[in-house]
Amino acid sequence: MTTDAIRAAGAEQAAAHRRKKLIKYALIHLGIIAFVCVCVYPLLRIFSVSLRPGDKLVSTDLALIPDGATFRSYWSLLTSTHFLRWLWNSLVITVATSFIGVSLASTAAYAFSRFSFGGKKAGLILLLSTQMIPAGMLILPLFLMIMKLGLMNTYLGMIIAYSVSSLPFSIWILKGYYDTIPRSLEEAALVDGTSQIGAFYRVILPLSTPALSIAFLFNFTTAWNEYLVARVVLFSSKQYTWTLGLFELQGQFITQWGMFAAGSMLVTLPVLAVFLYSSKWLISGLTLGSVKG
Amino acid sequence: MATVKFAGIVKNFKDNQVLKKVDLEIKDHEFVVIVGPSGCGKTTLLRMLAGLEEISGGEIYIDDTLVNHLHPSKRQIAMVFQDYALYPHMTVEENMSFSLRLKNAPKKEIKARVAEAANILQLGKLLHRMPKQLSGGQRQRVAIGRAIVRQPKVFLFDEPLSNLDAKLREEMRVEIAKLYQRLHSTIIYVTHDQVEAMTLAGRIVIMNQGVIQQVGTPIEVYRKPANLFVAGFIGSPTMNFIEGTLRVEKGHVRFSSPSLSLDLPSKLLPADGSHEGREVTLGVRPDDVCAGREAGKNCSQKFDSVLEVSELLGHRENLYLKTGDLRLLATVEAFFNQSPGSKVPVCLNFDNMHVFDRETQARISA
Ligand SMILES: Nc1ncnc2c1ncn2[C@@H]1O[C@H](COP(=O)(O)OP(=O)(O)OP(=O)(O)O)[C@@H](O)[C@H]1O
Ligand SMILES: [Mg+2]
Repeated sequence: MTTDAIRAAGAEQAAAHRRKKLIKYALIHLGIIAFVCVCVYPLLRIFSVSLRPGDKLVSTDLALIPDGATFRSYWSLLTSTHFLRWLWNSLVITVATSFIGVSLASTAAYAFSRFSFGGKKAGLILLLSTQMIPAGMLILPLFLMIMKLGLMNTYLGMIIAYSVSSLPFSIWILKGYYDTIPRSLEEAALVDGTSQIGAFYRVILPLSTPALSIAFLFNFTTAWNEYLVARVVLFSSKQYTWTLGLFELQGQFITQWGMFAAGSMLVTLPVLAVFLYSSKWLISGLTLGSVKG
Repeated sequence: MATVKFAGIVKNFKDNQVLKKVDLEIKDHEFVVIVGPSGCGKTTLLRMLAGLEEISGGEIYIDDTLVNHLHPSKRQIAMVFQDYALYPHMTVEENMSFSLRLKNAPKKEIKARVAEAANILQLGKLLHRMPKQLSGGQRQRVAIGRAIVRQPKVFLFDEPLSNLDAKLREEMRVEIAKLYQRLHSTIIYVTHDQVEAMTLAGRIVIMNQGVIQQVGTPIEVYRKPANLFVAGFIGSPTMNFIEGTLRVEKGHVRFSSPSLSLDLPSKLLPADGSHEGREVTLGVRPDDVCAGREAGKNCSQKFDSVLEVSELLGHRENLYLKTGDLRLLATVEAFFNQSPGSKVPVCLNFDNMHVFDRETQARISA
């Protein structure tokens, strides 16, 4: 072969390689686009319902922005109902739940991860097994407990119920993450002069932000979307969370679908914001480079 | 500046006894190097001194204060971990200043001390990097830096140079020696490297399977190994061992083995006369196997051997010799210039010969 022929063969090979890569990328992206469509479609439908004049849930119109699109549903939702109050209730309960839930879980998980004590294994399994009980079964006991505590129809009752029920999941997530952090980091901190708790705050917590934000998101979304417990604990319209509030719009004879859809759109905003904000903490590989290996 | 004392230290991991009654006293401003094969308990001993491992038995004193139950943060010890243990979320500078910041030291002082350490360790350009952006050797230097900004009572180094290349290791070895001169701290240093042990140590502690085999200056453990283990562990290449029996014939002692018999000079063994029939192991360093060159005046009678392989190491050459069934390693000046298979006359230098009892493994020669 002449050098030219060799060069040509090389170029051919490179081109084939590039084509292969291109096809791979195309396939991956096709898959992603399909998923996005499936996820976004319902949202778009709700959006279009919320803009329709009149309370029509079904229509022959398939356009995203319907004829005579209007924000009137939004306006009447905000002015003629307690919607803002409901949002506020939900927000207070959810944020408090998330912070309390994550702080309790982060410390409990630390104990499970780092110390050996009697009943550690049993405790972990017990925590896991609570997750197997259907939520509906817990309604009655929760109702009784909150009533006995005199916390019916209060924020505090809701916060306790919510943060406690997310604990097992959060503890497991965090324990699993702590287990991957080398112990020698804490030991170095101890030798450097921190207490055990100091090592936890200065070394373990900063390194656990990915797991902490997952636990936070989990707490936030479950509390934000919860309906059953709220139905049982809250009974005055002013204390309602938005889940209860929106269902109040569903009258016996007519349902105000426009307002319902508008409400649904508005309640996604806080969750969206929290997700966007926390995504930057979800980076993995924080402990890279700390120890040999 | 501190003395350290281990008294009857025992460590059990469940049923596994890792340290068996370790007794060791370390003087103020002493540089003690601990060597021993992997898994013999070196790291465990350091961790117990640092307070990171519970003590199963015995007592540890720092400056005559019992520290068995003192929290690690109160012991004023700095430790360089075998796996570095850098804080991954802090820059090099923050890593090094962590302990000073905990103590609320003045900003100026922190800066000065970090700069000084960075200077010694050639880390100046890396101060604002994160650990994951460093090479293994750089991480190791940061770990050392984090210890030396502390000015602690005792430094614990757990194989601090194991990840460096040969040249950097040499440089760092010298830096550590200088550091020691300047800091007046007590240093306990674990290593696998013979050169580090011999050059840095004031005293060497040789451990095996959780038991201290010998404590002594580098020269002592090299010249007078207390038992077979130390003899085989210290010195590179390894000492030659020849197993045989002692016979007392007409007032002098004769060593006999299937491949080799030697008359031993009387001053080699204590004159208590109980040598008849004793099973022993002779130890001769490769340097003291005189091959092909003029024997010193205190040498055994010559015997013949066959050269199997020779390795040229630059200015030295290793000769793998065989006499009967016995294999001997001799180290001679380069260039020996003999091809494998050729006959080489050999004798053993009595000046540096060691005799060990095969049953107790202990040294019996003077
Ligand atoms: N946490 C632990 N649980 C059980 N056994 C352990 C533990 N830590 C160490 N060991 C055992 O103790 C023994 C001594 O370990 P150590 O780490 O002190 O060895 P070392 O002398 O430092 O070895 P190396 O030179 O390889 O670092 C080993 O046999 C090891 O398996
Ligand atoms: Mg070790």
